[in-house]
Amino acid sequence: MRRALALLAVGWLAIAPALVQEALAQEAQLADPQLEQRARDLGREIRCVVCQSQSVADSDADIAQELRVLIREQIAAGRSDQEIRDYLVARYGDFVLFDPPFKASTYVLWIGPFAILVLAAIGVAIFFRRRVEEPARASELSADEHSRVKRLLHDGPEDRV
Amino acid sequence: MRRLVFLLPIAIVAILVAIFWVGLDPERDKSVLPSALVGKTAPVVDLPGLADGAQRLTLGQFKGQLVAINFFASWCLPCRAEHPLLEQITAEFGVPVIGVAWKDKPEASRAFLQELGDPYVATGADRNGRTGIDFGITGVPETFLVGADGTVLYRFAGPLSPEGLRNELAPAIAEAKQ
Repeated sequence: MRRALALLAVGWLAIAPALVQEALAQEAQLADPQLEQRARDLGREIRCVVCQSQSVADSDADIAQELRVLIREQIAAGRSDQEIRDYLVARYGDFVLFDPPFKASTYVLWIGPFAILVLAAIGVAIFFRRRVEEPARASELSADEHSRVKRLLHDGPEDRV
Repeated sequence: MRRLVFLLPIAIVAILVAIFWVGLDPERDKSVLPSALVGKTAPVVDLPGLADGAQRLTLGQFKGQLVAINFFASWCLPCRAEHPLLEQITAEFGVPVIGVAWKDKPEASRAFLQELGDPYVATGADRNGRTGIDFGITGVPETFLVGADGTVLYRFAGPLSPEGLRNELAPAIAEAKQ
């Protein structure tokens, strides 16, 4: 039974990529394989706006298919990858890109972790420097304090007044 | 002064908590993307009219008045659900509704409107869905408000419900009319 299941799983894994390929093959592709490759690479960067965890290249949704056609059209028309990204961002916002752009509203995301790391490192450094400095302060006691320390160590606690 | 330094990490954490509190709001509907279009000039609409022999649908025809644009399709079940409410937009708020049949066969869209009634002042057929993409729709139905100057004022993604109409679209219309 288990073996049959495993076989089924292996079979499915073997077939699944072929099925995806098939879906892609049904669409009109660009004649130039290099341009077609660019269209597919770009499709992987663009988020499908209905099935948001999938890229346009992976999704079977209607709108994803339309966006793939659109990407191919624009590549065929000689637009650059960046122009096509800008075209989509103008319509769907930054969300449509899987790779969020570096700009004022995303600074916290990009820099935040490093800033916290640096602050933490500074904090740790200060902490250890203090610890090293601490024993040195013993010599800063006045003569009066010295004798009191000695007395305390020798006789035990002072009686409170 | 030294005290303040110790308060700094707490302040940073507080700020981060505030940011994430807003960003991770569980009530937030993650499927609704913020519209990139609100506040900008509406994309060009130039579509063949849906009805036989109808003139082309352009937004220019409606320049100078507040209009609603409703993207729909005969194959879309939620569109069927919201359909009766579209007439209310015109009847109650005096806002004409333009229909755009998105990625649909014209004969199917026509049959859809014949069966359920035609709430639209004009209807265009967006067969390849390009006008919809220009508006940044993620599916149908979606409803937009476009102001007299041609600026997109509001987007409602998904089917209108009586509550959605009253609590979201109606205030947006009221604001647009000011």
